Amino acid sequence: MYHWDFYTVAQSFDLFLMGLGTTFLYTVGSISIGIVFGLLAAFARLSRFRSLRLLARSYQEIFRCTPLLVQIMWAYYALPLLLGITIPNYIAGLMMLSLYVGSFYGEIFRGGINAIDKGQTEAALATGMSGAQAMYHIVMPQAIKKMLPAFINQSVIQVKNTSLLYAISIAELTYMTYVVNGETYRPMEAYTIAAVMYFAILFPLTQFADYFERRMARSD
Amino acid sequence: MTDAQTPVISVRGLTKSYGSLDVLKGIDLDLPTGEVLAIIGPSGSGKSTLIRCLNMMETLTDGTFEFQGKSVSKSFKDSGSSYGVGTLRRRVGMVFQHFNLYPHLTVLQNVTKGPLVVQKRKPDEVKADATRLLGLVGLADKCDAFPSHLSGGQKQRVAIARALAMKPDVMLFDEVTSALDPELVGEVLQVVKNLALDGMTMVLVTHEMAFAAEVADRVIFIDGGLIAEEGPPAKVMTNPDSDRLKSFLSRFNA
Repeated sequence: MYHWDFYTVAQSFDLFLMGLGTTFLYTVGSISIGIVFGLLAAFARLSRFRSLRLLARSYQEIFRCTPLLVQIMWAYYALPLLLGITIPNYIAGLMMLSLYVGSFYGEIFRGGINAIDKGQTEAALATGMSGAQAMYHIVMPQAIKKMLPAFINQSVIQVKNTSLLYAISIAELTYMTYVVNGETYRPMEAYTIAAVMYFAILFPLTQFADYFERRMARSD
Repeated sequence: MTDAQTPVISVRGLTKSYGSLDVLKGIDLDLPTGEVLAIIGPSGSGKSTLIRCLNMMETLTDGTFEFQGKSVSKSFKDSGSSYGVGTLRRRVGMVFQHFNLYPHLTVLQNVTKGPLVVQKRKPDEVKADATRLLGLVGLADKCDAFPSHLSGGQKQRVAIARALAMKPDVMLFDEVTSALDPELVGEVLQVVKNLALDGMTMVLVTHEMAFAAEVADRVIFIDGGLIAEEGPPAKVMTNPDSDRLKSFLSRFNA
């Protein structure tokens, strides 16, 4: 029977909290930047210019079809060799997390916009709105409702994906857990605390997504 | 600048093709102020495409287009010598077969959105206007309802109020009763008829032959992408020249 000893590990609780704070910052940062990339990709994919569509498509496929861990390592270890400069780990990490999640957001946004009946745009244009006004006032408000569940789902995954930053020594929650384990030799307690912390953040989020989806189904 | 003689809309040699498919093959059409023009014709004849060209929802493949004596370009904004499609669409209201109400907005917001966004008019004034228009179409009590709670006939009347809120010079009605249950057709036609009586210039694509005969000043029969026959309803609908029109009309006289 394993003898649990949370006391030793709890001595380093401040390290967990610092890690959690860093995880939070990278999550918010990469989701914010990722939304911008996602919107750019979605509108480029919906554009009438073939070259723009192709460019966005290439970006999305490269980032969706390679592992995030490889992307992060590549940006931190390989890209500097190519460019002849050093890239700090926080830049490489934030950049790759953002590009990665942005490629998925792009598909979610595009799907949401495509799901809105063309008649909506037509009706808006028929009152003299420009294409951009029709998108902003009529299509987007409806599309956002459609894309929100998938968006939250992808964002939940994104919180967990920040743990890969541990590979380039960014002191987020998983890295800090590794540090605490090194100091205390109590992997069972350390990683259990980390898991509980991730769960405590994400469980409410997934519940909210479910709740929202049920509410949407009712109003349809 | 425009006098009563200048047609509101004037098109010459209008053609519209989708790839190798020629839908409209050279239409000349003048729409004088105050006229009610009905467009009839078999499905696939191009009548819906024609009415959609009149506010440039479809871009013309070829031909000239003038609005109130001034040419209309394909760009959105006006230029020195011509109107852009933005101006054209602000002045030409359109009502669609499938209503296309904005489901996320209330009835009142559906009506006020265009004037607020496009004309940037004062919210109080727009709201008062919209409320009056909804009263006009018999839906004063539905201001705060969402479209999903309305019947088809009610939806279409909101759509008409929405188009009228822009204070258009012309109204286009594209088969506005075709998606309605038969018992709801009457309430929508009544609204259209009232507009005609008020002197609104309008174009209707319709399958309601009796209605077209009643309200229209002029009827054009489109067949194979061309105007095959035109004239006052009394002539076109009761004493047609062509066999095509005769056989087309006979299908409605059941």
